[in-house]
Formats: sequence, structure tokens, C-alpha cells
Amino acid sequence: MLSYIDKIKEISIRLLKECRVEMVIGFRKGTVPMMNEPHFAKSPEDVENFVWDSNCGINLCNYLTNRGEKIGILAKGCDSRNIVTHIIENKIKRDQLVIIGVPCKGMIDKRKISAMFEGEIGEVIENENNITVKGDGFEKTLNKKDVLQQNCAICIHRNPVIHDELVGDLVEEQIDVDRYEDVREIEALAPQEKATHFEKLLEPCIRCYACRNACPLCYCPTCFTDESRPQWVGKGQDPTDVSTFHFLRAYHCAGRCTDCGACERSCPVGINMRVFTKKLEKDCLELFEWEAGLDPDVRPPLDTYRPGDPDEFIK
Amino acid sequence: MGIEPDRLQFSWVSSAEATKFVQVVTEVTRAIKDLGPNKNLVKTMPKVA
Repeated sequence: MLSYIDKIKEISIRLLKECRVEMVIGFRKGTVPMMNEPHFAKSPEDVENFVWDSNCGINLCNYLTNRGEKIGILAKGCDSRNIVTHIIENKIKRDQLVIIGVPCKGMIDKRKISAMFEGEIGEVIENENNITVKGDGFEKTLNKKDVLQQNCAICIHRNPVIHDELVGDLVEEQIDVDRYEDVREIEALAPQEKATHFEKLLEPCIRCYACRNACPLCYCPTCFTDESRPQWVGKGQDPTDVSTFHFLRAYHCAGRCTDCGACERSCPVGINMRVFTKKLEKDCLELFEWEAGLDPDVRPPLDTYRPGDPDEFIK
Repeated sequence: MGIEPDRLQFSWVSSAEATKFVQVVTEVTRAIKDLGPNKNLVKTMPKVA
């Protein structure tokens, strides 16, 4: 994956020089280890700052909403599926985009790695299969496979589903992955146990809305949580309000979420709110045989009617 | 979400099916009375403003 960068730079410079795009959206090195940040290259000179490693977990599709100009964008498997969703939902036009596909082998979980060490991590060096973590008085090499983000470990769409350029050979897709083990565990709980489980899961939430802001699906001009007339949900720490926010946000992503993991990644307190979106993803798959963002020409299940739609719940 | 399945009911009742409507309402209210008051997703913190 590290070898992509030369190709990324070459394509970006070409696109900018030929004026095919006004900017290329990619990543540059962040100020702390394992935190790459989005980079918007508007001239061939800006391209020099681009990087690509296993810390490019942010979903860049988030920056496409309602843009008017022509844009080149780096797209991993999940990003590309969100781009397709954006096209379906008229948030960007296909002909505005030059999609630079990046076959992905998964991003590393910075929280998991930080938890392994006592002190502050000063440097993280990466090669194809291993990560070397260095800090004050420690140095350890980890296998990249063991420290992947959970959504990457169970990813079944690593290759971009839509692309104009490609920075490397397509990678092998993972098969025989059990994507919904955790969801099934929660489904098996009794109603009261579920309520307790969710309350405990969401207890640390500080309502910072980082999950919403990092999510490419959450592009409403005014989010329901920010509305005050009427106030759909309280803004405080009441467990009912906290869970209402998370439940409703998940429902707004039903049939659209690609499990890119941007929400969990951005959470400052490490809540795995992906269990909610994953449950809806599982339902969409089981009830409508639908996986979000695979084809820009197919309408999503929530805005189409088919005579065979499941209706057993109506008694 | 921790809501008992019996608390939620979807039915298809035509405007001509008054008897069915009565039957559905009776059944649902009975089911909910059996479950007792809903304890989940009810605000517990005191209101400050």
C-alpha cells in the first residue's frame, strides 16, 4: 500500500496540469502519529505533501457534498461506495469527479495501538506488513493485521467500486468474513438487556457530534439535533437524549451506510456506535438484498417500492 | 432499542372495517397493559430550564 504514493502524486500532478480538476483531495501527514489529515491540492506544487499509509481512515467523500467545481479524489473501497451514494443522492455529479481508486488493505486502529503502550507514542513507522511503534523507552513491532480497525478487518469491498484512475493493482477481496457477529449477539438479548447494553455503551458520550461531522452521509444543512423549533431531542447528558441521538442518526443512515468506520474513528471517547448502523446494514441485506453504494444506477430500497417487499410485520 | 416487540404494532385496517379496528385496538391495549408502563427511553434527569 505504501508504494501507491508515487502513482498518486503522478496522477494528481497530471490532472492538475491538464486542468481536468481544480483540486485533488487526498491526505497529508498529521501533526501527531497515526493521524493523517485531509489535504486539498490545488496546484501541482501542493501535491508534494500527499502521503498514503495505513492512517488514511478518514472518509474523503465527506468533502464532496454540494461542491460545484471539478474534483479529483482519492477513494478507498468504502470512500468509493460513499461517492456512489453521493451521486445517487444528487450531492455531486459524476462528471465533476475524477475518482482515483486506491485498493485498500485496511487502516490501523490508533486507539488499539495507543492502548497497548503506557507512555506517549512518538513515532510510528510502517512497512508493507508491520508497524513499528516508538516512544519514550519502548519500541515494538506489530503485525498490521492484528491492529486493523474492526470495520477494516471485516471489510468485503476493499477495491473501489467506481474509479477513473487506479494507483495500483486491485487487492484480493476478503471472503468468508462474518460481518455481523456482534450484531447477532445484541439481537439475542432480551429487550431490557438491550436497553441496559446500549445505555452502558453510550454512557461516555459527550455529545460532541464528531461522529456526525465525520460521516459523509450526515450532510443535512441543519441536523435534527441542532434544531430548536421544535426541539426533537434534548441537548444534555440525559441517557434518553444521548440514545435518541445515536438511534436516530443511525436510522438516517439506513440503506446508505457503507461501514467506513469514520464515526467510530472520530469519536474522542471511543464509542463503537457502528453497532447501530451495522444492524440496519444487516437488515437491508437480509430484507432487500441491498448493499449501499455499489451501483449508481440502482435506486436504494428506501426510495423504491417492489411488490415483493417484506410486509410480515403488518398484522 | 430495548423496546418490547409487543409494544409496537402495525396493522392494515380499511375505513370499512370498523369491527377489525375495534378488535386491533382492544388487543393492542390489552398487550400493552400486560407489559406495564414503559421504563426505557424515559427521561430521568431533572429538568433544569
